[in-house]
Amino acid sequence: MSAYIQNFIKFQPLLGELIARDIKIKYRRSVLGVLWTLLNPLCMMIVLSVVFSNIFKFDIENFPLYILSGQLIFNFFSDATTSSMSSIVSSASLIKKVYVPKYLFVLSHIFSSFINLMASFTALLLVMMATRTELHWTTLLAPVPLLLLVLFSLGVGLVLAAVTVKFRDIMHLYSVFITALMYLTPVIYPMAMLPEWLTGFVMLNPITNIVLMFRNVMLYNTFFGWRSLFVAVVETGIMLMIGFWVFYKNQDNFILNL
Amino acid sequence: MSDKVMVKVEHVSMKFNLSSEKFDSFKEYVIKSLKNQVSFEEFWALKDVSFEVMQGDALGLIGLNGSGKSTMLKTIAGVLKPTEGSVHVNGSVAPLIELGAGFDMDLTARENVFLNGALLGHSRKEMEAFYDDIVSFSELENFMNVPVKNFSSGMVSRLAFSIATIGVPDILIVDEVLSVGDFRFQEKCERRIQAMADQGTTILFVSHSIAQVKKICDKIAWLESGQLKRFGAASEICKEYEQS
Repeated sequence: MSAYIQNFIKFQPLLGELIARDIKIKYRRSVLGVLWTLLNPLCMMIVLSVVFSNIFKFDIENFPLYILSGQLIFNFFSDATTSSMSSIVSSASLIKKVYVPKYLFVLSHIFSSFINLMASFTALLLVMMATRTELHWTTLLAPVPLLLLVLFSLGVGLVLAAVTVKFRDIMHLYSVFITALMYLTPVIYPMAMLPEWLTGFVMLNPITNIVLMFRNVMLYNTFFGWRSLFVAVVETGIMLMIGFWVFYKNQDNFILNL
Repeated sequence: MSDKVMVKVEHVSMKFNLSSEKFDSFKEYVIKSLKNQVSFEEFWALKDVSFEVMQGDALGLIGLNGSGKSTMLKTIAGVLKPTEGSVHVNGSVAPLIELGAGFDMDLTARENVFLNGALLGHSRKEMEAFYDDIVSFSELENFMNVPVKNFSSGMVSRLAFSIATIGVPDILIVDEVLSVGDFRFQEKCERRIQAMADQGTTILFVSHSIAQVKKICDKIAWLESGQLKRFGAASEICKEYEQS
């Protein structure tokens, strides 16, 4: 066990460099650069608010914030897992030549997505202040669902990265899956709108739980409840364990399939 | 030569599954495993190889193409895990297996120095200390802020070699990379490797040039079709190899 920790410490600078590289390359040669991490979610929110306020009329107060908060969570999950999925395959040339702890690639993508999440969160706060919505003390609890989400995504990312090495179809299947998942999460619609039979499925979705927790503390000034917290922690814990187990079991064989 | 064992290779065998390249979809995999064709076409690149390398040794690995030299080096570098047997390495390994493998083409040379340094386990601070040495050895003073994708292959090799040979690693692995670059650069590389050997670095050297091997190495491991044919002092084995 201590060997793993020592190894991680030795390669920590590499983790930093990989994250820095992801961010640098993403915005190199673009005029607005890092500002896009703030502007992107804001623009999406504007588009979606206009669409849904005027075309589909939902009965939710402060709809833009409702969407933005849901999008924040879901987009992180989608980005983090999708980029982690192809991380091993895209670093094939490196893995075949130099010894690097392979989970580092997945971890670096989760971290870069996390930095984007922080930028989106800042955008959310800015919008809240601009619309003069009250910021309650419960906002301080926001890091809890976010942290659980990050760990959950790490678990999912590890599984996806390991499986993708052997079966490349997963990359295509996953994009369909993510689209379906978005409609199974109350990002753009209120829970009340759902037909009976669908509510069950939506509640089973771990992301739903996180979104509800996040909205509760950010928008509705309510503590998310011990039950929600317990469920989230258990789901995250299980996902992480599955992730690490699948990854460690298969990592020695990656190189044979790259 | 001290008695410290730097690399211990014990009964290492490496199997590659040639037919596993053939499926990349669920359907094919399921069908083939039902038909029991998954482990078809096994290829043993290494068969029960054992040897030890002491501190300060300069071991040359020679053999024909396909004899398993690069595979052996990759198991020592930690890139491949042997199917059977084990490899114990005592110390830090600096691998020179294909120059430029760790480079990201979109980043500048300067940024790649730090990235590659991190791959070898060096922090940014340590790399800052080595930076000037790297720039002067690779003779790329004017190009450090140019993206590597615009470099010529010679420039990439020079930069990669300079980064990989900084400091004094415990073990240096050189896999047929001294055949790039002009003769002046090759001489520089040989001198640097010799300097590292003099400072106590253990060297594992693969080359097809017997002349280079004779110059740099004191021990030789001769691999043939995955098996260790001969292991011993450089002078005797070189003669045998040349006569074969």
